[in-house]
Amino acid sequence: MHTEHVVPKRVYYVIFAILMLCTYLTVQIAFFDLGPLNTIAALVIAVFKATLVVLFFMHVRYGTRLTGAVVLSSLLFLAILLALTMGDYLTRSLRAL
Amino acid sequence: MSRSAHAALAHHFDDLGQQREAATLGMWLFLVTEVLFFGGLFTTYLVYRNWYPDAFVAASHELVIWAGTVNTAVLITSSLTMALAVRAAQTGDRRQLLILLVATMALGAAFLGIKAFEYYTEAVENHVPGSGFVFDAPYAQHAQLFFSLYFLMTGLHAVHMIIGLGIMSVMLWLSWRGTITKDYYNPVEIAGLYWHFVDIVWIFLFPLLYLIGRHAH
Repeated sequence: MHTEHVVPKRVYYVIFAILMLCTYLTVQIAFFDLGPLNTIAALVIAVFKATLVVLFFMHVRYGTRLTGAVVLSSLLFLAILLALTMGDYLTRSLRAL
Repeated sequence: MSRSAHAALAHHFDDLGQQREAATLGMWLFLVTEVLFFGGLFTTYLVYRNWYPDAFVAASHELVIWAGTVNTAVLITSSLTMALAVRAAQTGDRRQLLILLVATMALGAAFLGIKAFEYYTEAVENHVPGSGFVFDAPYAQHAQLFFSLYFLMTGLHAVHMIIGLGIMSVMLWLSWRGTITKDYYNPVEIAGLYWHFVDIVWIFLFPLLYLIGRHAH
């Protein structure tokens, strides 16, 4: 039979605590004027939280390499979508030069 | 393996382990398409926010920040109970599994209740895009774009939550009648993957919609 990885409850509680702490942090940081860093800080925290959920709650850390590759492929496709779209929209003003 | 074939083992799989891997992979492939589904909306948001940053900041200020924050905490807690439910299924603890599934559904329902309260507030304040939309000059027009995206993105997310509650009802039924066992728990596991994904979407929606330029006023 297959052997499954049963994650200790403690790991889930620790991840939960970090996620809650990050939520508190992201709200607090939003009230300080950091210029463009506000958005970057919010996104860095969101990406960090999402990574923890994917690796631990969604078991990718304990899963097969194939699953990991599929998860990464979603980021690749998203990057293509964002890069090509923003490559257009952000450079439109340059045509006026 | 065929000598001791499990009742839940489909004929085209060698064993339950292979069946479980295939189910997990299939759910992840679906979630990749979901990433791009929501990705299109996030890209739209990015384009308009770059074009009209001041209107987006002004419109974002009108959202009920405490409700968004509480809802973030509610969803993260529901992800914890979901992860623990999958663990209870893995270890064959039926009682824990039932309790944790009910807890997850209760938290999901609480999220939708708070969201409904927010939509009601926004309707009363005339922030629903359309002919009745009211917003202070000079941002009236572009604030409407923000609220269009807000309702579309949170609405699509809420639809996913409602579907998630439906899936959890089925899991509750399967667990109740004993179909879910230590050897066969992948329905609960892949339902959990879906639930966590919906949580992740909110993890990005919350700062992008509720927290932009909070320091400005």
